[in-house]
Amino acid sequence: MSHVDAVTDATFSDLVLKSSKPVVIDYWADWCAPCKQLNPIIDELARDHGDKVTFLKMDTNTSTAVPTQQGVLSLPTIQVFVGGEVVKSFVGAKPKSVLLKAIEEYL
Amino acid sequence: MSDIREVIIIGSGPSGYAAAIYTARAGLKPLVFEGALTAGGALMNTTEVENYPGFTDGIMGPDLMLAMRAQAERFGAEIITDDIVTAGLAGEVKTVVDAEGNTYSGLSVILAMGSGYRKLGLPAEEVFSGRGVSWCATCDGFFFRDKDIAVVGGGDSALEEATFLTRFAKSVTLVHRRDELRGSKIMVDRAKADPKIRFAWNSVVTDLVGDQTLSGLVLTDTVSGATSKLPVQGLFVAIGHDPRSEIVRGQVETDAAGYVTVDAPSTRTNLSGVFAAGDLVDHTYRQAITAAGTGCAAALDAERYLAALSDAASSLTTVTANA
Repeated sequence: MSHVDAVTDATFSDLVLKSSKPVVIDYWADWCAPCKQLNPIIDELARDHGDKVTFLKMDTNTSTAVPTQQGVLSLPTIQVFVGGEVVKSFVGAKPKSVLLKAIEEYL
Repeated sequence: MSDIREVIIIGSGPSGYAAAIYTARAGLKPLVFEGALTAGGALMNTTEVENYPGFTDGIMGPDLMLAMRAQAERFGAEIITDDIVTAGLAGEVKTVVDAEGNTYSGLSVILAMGSGYRKLGLPAEEVFSGRGVSWCATCDGFFFRDKDIAVVGGGDSALEEATFLTRFAKSVTLVHRRDELRGSKIMVDRAKADPKIRFAWNSVVTDLVGDQTLSGLVLTDTVSGATSKLPVQGLFVAIGHDPRSEIVRGQVETDAAGYVTVDAPSTRTNLSGVFAAGDLVDHTYRQAITAAGTGCAAALDAERYLAALSDAASSLTTVTANA
């Protein structure tokens, strides 16, 4: 169902830092209700814009090194990476319109 | 859109879903806007609900909401996971517009938008939001393993959060502006008996400090006015809620705090065909069961209103159906 691949501590460098395309990464966990609400929104954005921007999800329950290193202290957190650098970051679930606006310039 | 619905429900949670169950069972095919990010309401961010009648061993808040939602769908409620951004409620046919820009019309509307977290109102709050300041213990508690944290508030939500957070934290300091707690006795006793929970009485948070992430709070004593520093890496804010009545303000009567006023004991607002239920109305009880109760009442009120409308219409020669 989901169009969105998982990224882990092990694959973060290859999939995010070295990506030639902008990357949106959604940090989530199974106990986080707002993450579940955000999930279908990320899936929709990936379906519609996955050709221009890579969408990835990180389970903070199983990958803890990257969230710690990135200073993630709240779920969900969304970061946008371009050329291996964080250019935007959001804390808390956001409606589709807000996320779309955030990635508009890359579409 | 030429289709005029009988009932449109704005919001979910126990009040919205209960209204949906009752109107769906009455064959009114309610259209429910449960919220894009707030679907299920406040209980989605809680853990164990021990006082909802019928569950001997308690039930998880999100499970209770998913069960109510499924129950409403079973009887034909149409549920849309989106927000309503504008509403025109004054006329006989009411219109609402969702965040995607779609317009829907209905003969009656049940308002059940509930309430949202109240913020401390400190300039530093935004800076540290997601960098140590949180409104959701169940979401973020995990990141504060072996850390010292604080919970601000004195009601049941604050006590529940404090108790929940002791699973992860080294210590939890409950910061409360009075010298006694407002929460229920069972929650107060549980918190007071917990060796990890400390209390900062007669204290309000007046500033947040830290470099990149939160490292401490400035507390001001409400009696002496003296300030002190409390070193914590996490702050969970549970100081209450404000009604989410923005989209109807100026049309539907509210009190000074923004709660929708109804013609109690009914759920009628000042506009005919518009009913309100749950935490959007109630600043006194604010329980899942009372929200479900008023949601049910709103459904029955809407049903009676529609029956009266249909009696009146049947005595006319034509019925118009356009929007």
